[in-house]
Amino acid sequence: MLRIDIEACIGCGVCEQTCTFGAIKVEEGHAVVGDNCTLCGNCVDACEVGALSIEREERATKGNLADWSGVWVYAEYRHGRTAPVAFELLGVGRKLADERSVKLAAVLLGSNLAGQAEELIAAGADVVYRVDDPSLAHFTDDAYGNVLTDLIREHKPEIVLAGATAIGRSFIPRVATSLATGLTADCTDLAIRAEDGALLQTRPAFGGNIMATIVCPHTRPQIATVRPMVMKPLARDAARQGAIIDVKPAAARMKSRVRVIESVMEEQDQVNLCEADVVVAGGRGLDDAKGFAQIRELADVLGGAVAASRAAVDSGWIGYPHQVGQTGKTVAPKLYIACGISGAIQHLVGMQSSETIIAINKDPNAPIFDVATYGVVGDLFEIVPKLTERMRGRNAR
Amino acid sequence: MKIVVCVKQVPDAKDVRLDPNTNTLARDGVQSIMNPYDRHALEEGVRLKEQYGGTVTVLSMGPPQAGETLREAVACGADEAVLVSDRAFAGADTWATTHTLSQAIKKIGGADLILCGKQAIDGDTAQVGPGIAERLGIPYATYVKKVVTCENGAIRLQRMMDDGYDTVEMDLPALMTVVKEINEPRIPSLKGKMKAKSIAITTLNAADIGADPDQIGLKGSTTQVVRVFTPQVRGERAMLTGTVDEVVAQLVEKLESLL
Repeated sequence: MLRIDIEACIGCGVCEQTCTFGAIKVEEGHAVVGDNCTLCGNCVDACEVGALSIEREERATKGNLADWSGVWVYAEYRHGRTAPVAFELLGVGRKLADERSVKLAAVLLGSNLAGQAEELIAAGADVVYRVDDPSLAHFTDDAYGNVLTDLIREHKPEIVLAGATAIGRSFIPRVATSLATGLTADCTDLAIRAEDGALLQTRPAFGGNIMATIVCPHTRPQIATVRPMVMKPLARDAARQGAIIDVKPAAARMKSRVRVIESVMEEQDQVNLCEADVVVAGGRGLDDAKGFAQIRELADVLGGAVAASRAAVDSGWIGYPHQVGQTGKTVAPKLYIACGISGAIQHLVGMQSSETIIAINKDPNAPIFDVATYGVVGDLFEIVPKLTERMRGRNAR
Repeated sequence: MKIVVCVKQVPDAKDVRLDPNTNTLARDGVQSIMNPYDRHALEEGVRLKEQYGGTVTVLSMGPPQAGETLREAVACGADEAVLVSDRAFAGADTWATTHTLSQAIKKIGGADLILCGKQAIDGDTAQVGPGIAERLGIPYATYVKKVVTCENGAIRLQRMMDDGYDTVEMDLPALMTVVKEINEPRIPSLKGKMKAKSIAITTLNAADIGADPDQIGLKGSTTQVVRVFTPQVRGERAMLTGTVDEVVAQLVEKLESLL
C-alpha cells in the first residue's frame, strides 16, 4: 500500500496534481490517500521531499529463473504471408539475444509454410520451430495457444515476443495466463536491465498520456506484445545460417473449441496504410465527410495513403481501418501530413515516429505542432486544394 | 441464458493532456466513466437477453465508487450488479485481476456467456477478457463486431482481424470481447434510471470470493511498474508563415525535396 510520511510531507500538493486517478489529496496540511489508489507509483516519483513510498510485499519467485534461456519471437503467418511485424521482432530480438548471449528462435505456426522459415533465418533467427499442419490453417486461440504454450514449457525461453496485432493480442494473453507469468501489451521499447538481465518493457498507457516501464520479476518467461512499425527489421541476409526444427504436436493439442466457419479478407485500400511512404491524414478540422475528399485528392497526387484521427472516424467520415493512434494503427512513413488534426496524445503515439511531419491547423496552440517538422497555421480548405493543384502540376511535368 | 458483463470504471482520458508547465497530467475536470468499450459489451448483453431471454449481471472490480458505474449499467438494462471490492485488490495487474474476476464469476454461480469490452482505455492491455476465459477453462473470441446467432447452446459471431474478419462458432459457456462497431449503446430509460437508484449492489470482498491471497493485488501481480514517465515530444517545429500562396510555395519546395 501507499505509505505517507506525515512528518516529511509539506502539503505542497504535487502528488495531487500528478495522480491520474484523483486518489491522493492534501487535507489538513498533508497528503491523504483514497480507496481508488492503484499503486501506480506516479506520486512517489513526483514527491520532492520523499514523503511517499509504496510498501511491497514481495511475491515468491517460482522455480529458478536461470533455468530459462533464449529469446523467442512468434512469427505470425496468415493468408499466405508472414506478417511484417515478425521481421521487426527478429530485429529487436537479435539485439536482446546478443546482449544476453543467448539464441534467438522464431516460432512459425500454420499450414503450407514452405519457404517461410528460411526467410525468418535470413532476418536474424538462429532456430525456427515450425509446426506445419492442416489443423493450423486457420488461426484459433485454442490451437495456437496450446502449441505455443507447450513449446515454451519444453524449451523454457526467458523472453517471448509477439506482434501486438489482432492475433497476438488475442492468444498471447491465454498463453501467459496458462503459464502463470506476466505479459506486457503493446510495447514500444524493449531493453535489457544491466544489473540483472531483466527485460525492461516500455509501453504507453492512458491513451499514450504516460509511458510505463514494466518488468516481470518473479516468473518466466517474460512475455511482451510489441506494436507493429516500431522496431526495425535487420537487412535480409540469405547467407545467414540457422536450424529449422519441425515439431509435431499431438492432434488433441491442435483441436480448437472455436470453429472457424469462414475467414474473409476485406478489400484493402490501394495503398496499405502501414506500409506507405506517404500518409495524408485528416481530423476534426475537416468538418464533414466531404472535407475528406480533399485529403484523398492530396494523397492520390502524392501517391500516399489516407489516414484519420479518432475524431474523424468516430464522426463517421471515414472507416476504422484508416484510424491512426492508440486505438488504431501505428504508422512511421517518410512523410506524414496532418490536416485539421489537433494532435491529441492518442493520435501522436500512432504517428510520431514518422520521418517528416507536416501539420496544417488553424489553431496555433494545437499540440500537433509540438511533433511537427514543419507547421502551418492556416485554413486547410485554402491551403490543401492549392497544394494539391501545385503538386499535380509538378507530376504532369 | 445467464449473461455476465464485466465493466470497469476508468478516468475519462479523452481530454487528458500533459501540462506543458509542470510536465504532469492535467487532470482537472476529468471524470470517472464506464470504460467506453464495456458500454458496447453491456448493450450487446442486453440485446442478447432481449432476443433470447435470460438475465444480465454486471460485474466490476474496483473501489466503492465503481458502484456508480454499476448503477449506470443497471439504468442501461442490466438486471443485477456485483462489485468486488477490497483494498487487497489494489495494484493488481491483469494476472491478478483475472483471478479476482474469475473467482467472482464462480461465486455468483458462473455464466453461460461473459462479455467484456475489447480493452479498457486506461490500461489498453486487452488481456483481462482472454485471461478470465482461460482461468475458467472456457473458449473465447476477441474483437467481436457482430453476433450472428446464439442458439442451441452455441454462439456464432464475426471477429475482426487485421486483414478482414473471421466468422467463428463456439459452444457455451464462452466469453467474448467486443469492439464498438458491434452496436450503438442505448441511453438509459426512465424505468432503468428508477431501478438503478433502488437496486442493491451485491458487494463481495477477497474472502467472499475465495481469492488466493498470492494471486491478488500488487503482491499477486506478475508484472511490476518500475518507472512512469511522460513521453518525449519531438522539438523540431519550423513554422512556415506568409500568405496562403507563399505558404503553399514553401510546402511544395519541402515536398519536392522529400519525395
